[in-house]
Amino acid sequence: MPKAILYDSTLCIGCRACEGACAQRWGFPYNDKIAAEEKISAHKLTAVETHGDRFCRRLCMNCVQPTCVSVCPVGALEKTQLGPVTYDATKCMGCRYCMQACPFQVPSYEWNQRLPKMRKCDMCYDRQSRGEVTACSEVCPVGATITGDRDALVAEARQRIAAKPDAYYGKIYGLKEVGGTSVLYLSAVPFEQIGLRIAVPQEPLPETTWRVLELLPDVVSTGAVLLGGIWWVTNRRTEVARKEGHGK
Amino acid sequence: MKGKLPRITVWRVIFAAIMLCGLYATWQRVFHGLGGSTNLSDQFPWGLWIAFDVLGGVGLAAGAFTLVATVHIFNIEKYRPVLRPAILTAFLGYILVTVGLLYDLGRPDRLWHPLVMWNPHSVMFEVAWCVTLYSTVLFLEFLPMVFEKFGWHKPLGWIHRISVPLMIVGVLLSTLHQSSLGTLFLIVPEKLYPLWYSPILPLLFFVSAIGVGLAMTIFESWHSSRAFGRALELPLLASLARVLAVVMSVYLWIRFLDLAHRHAFSLLTENREETWLFLLEIALMAVPTVLLYQARVRMRPGALYACAVMVVFGFVANRLNVGITGLKAGSGAAYFPRWSEIAITLSIVAAGFAIFRVVAHYFPVFEAASHEVKSEKTEAKEADPVSVG
Repeated sequence: MPKAILYDSTLCIGCRACEGACAQRWGFPYNDKIAAEEKISAHKLTAVETHGDRFCRRLCMNCVQPTCVSVCPVGALEKTQLGPVTYDATKCMGCRYCMQACPFQVPSYEWNQRLPKMRKCDMCYDRQSRGEVTACSEVCPVGATITGDRDALVAEARQRIAAKPDAYYGKIYGLKEVGGTSVLYLSAVPFEQIGLRIAVPQEPLPETTWRVLELLPDVVSTGAVLLGGIWWVTNRRTEVARKEGHGK
Repeated sequence: MKGKLPRITVWRVIFAAIMLCGLYATWQRVFHGLGGSTNLSDQFPWGLWIAFDVLGGVGLAAGAFTLVATVHIFNIEKYRPVLRPAILTAFLGYILVTVGLLYDLGRPDRLWHPLVMWNPHSVMFEVAWCVTLYSTVLFLEFLPMVFEKFGWHKPLGWIHRISVPLMIVGVLLSTLHQSSLGTLFLIVPEKLYPLWYSPILPLLFFVSAIGVGLAMTIFESWHSSRAFGRALELPLLASLARVLAVVMSVYLWIRFLDLAHRHAFSLLTENREETWLFLLEIALMAVPTVLLYQARVRMRPGALYACAVMVVFGFVANRLNVGITGLKAGSGAAYFPRWSEIAITLSIVAAGFAIFRVVAHYFPVFEAASHEVKSEKTEAKEADPVSVG
């Protein structure tokens, strides 16, 4: 059963405990200055953004059909059965196609390193495979972030909306976006008001390139026959012409 | 060459200046990483090196496959004189694209990874294989010039024996590579500005590559005729320009249909950067296309050259628009290349010119050409005073 995170922004109090726990789990430095940076980066894989009097936590969406996994030329990214999208830095050659392709602009790069890596949240794959919840879920004092089976969390989110229809914008962000994500958002206001990208397509993005890539064998085989055939025809024509010329 | 020594010196000074800037920028790239040498960011991870050095570079190398197909597969012999320069351009082009990639990749030491660690779902994987395989094919297509130079007849025979399948494979790989660079951007439907995002990007990239390949052939013939004091193969280039005009017309017509079907024309009423750069790109391609339909433009070396340059610039503008301009608004990031990105790009281009010159000087790149066009040459000379120089 794939795991997911449910983040309920109506409960979030903006204490940034998740940021600290995440930094600790990755071994990154964390201080007031870093806490004030309200965007994810290579040293801050989750960030709490302030939108007026509301908060919104950003992290890798660990999509159900991840764009990054499909575009990585060396297969450094993997969608695990458990749900998290993991990254193998030893394979990565730094083409940054994952960054270009990600509809949520999540992957960050160690721009100032001589041997840089891509960085992104992997939904605490190591902890989750041991049956623990993510570091951010564990530390959240108000239950704004919880970890669980995706199906159960979707049901939970629906229940919350049904129980308090006035407190919520009646939709779950991440349910259908790019074919579904493993991070689900609840909000009191339309999602664009807390900084989430609503322009993302509802279909999984890997389809857009696969539609073309899957034609490759057809193009190659048809092209080879066509070009070979044209060569045979045109060359035969010169051969005949040459022979006739010699004959005269 | 000796008579033009002062002019060459000026160019050499410019060349040295560019290379020195490039060298300093290289030092920054190596020791301060991509952060210290580019204006790239998490929101804008691809810049000039991808948009110009890779997307542009591969396209500018398209003359080889176009002419290989024309001469060897369609068996239109009259274009043989411009085939070898086109192969050399492409071979150097692919080497320089790889050099550009070494600058751009975060881990250039792992350039070979896609050959071992497969992901056939990735367009970048296809691109990596196309670069590798087609570079190999271009190397093999270039080798006869080396063998001829040293009079090695036996290996020449070996290459000759596999030449037909080699040419066919080369044309196929090129087709895949040119189109796959367009396919790369199909993954960003919500980021790339609708004037450029189209489901037929692969087709558009392919057709425009054929056009720019022909334009580059005219461009380099003109330059080498001046550099080596050769006569310009004017009637031949003029007939190539005819084909160029038709290819560009087809391309522009597909662009028009595509924009019309996607109802994207209304965007042109908006006064924004994208609109103006789109119009610039289209103008740079449409103006020479119209001009080339006139015989007096095609038969005047200066005008012919100017048209070829415009097509090349229009093509480069298109790749820069797809790779940079069109992605700015969608990714919400500002990007303009840092001086070091520009310096390295210029160094790569300058190195290309210099190496082409040296190779063309020492190897039979144009020789094969000279005796076959002799009859046409006299005619061209009379019509055109520039070709004498």
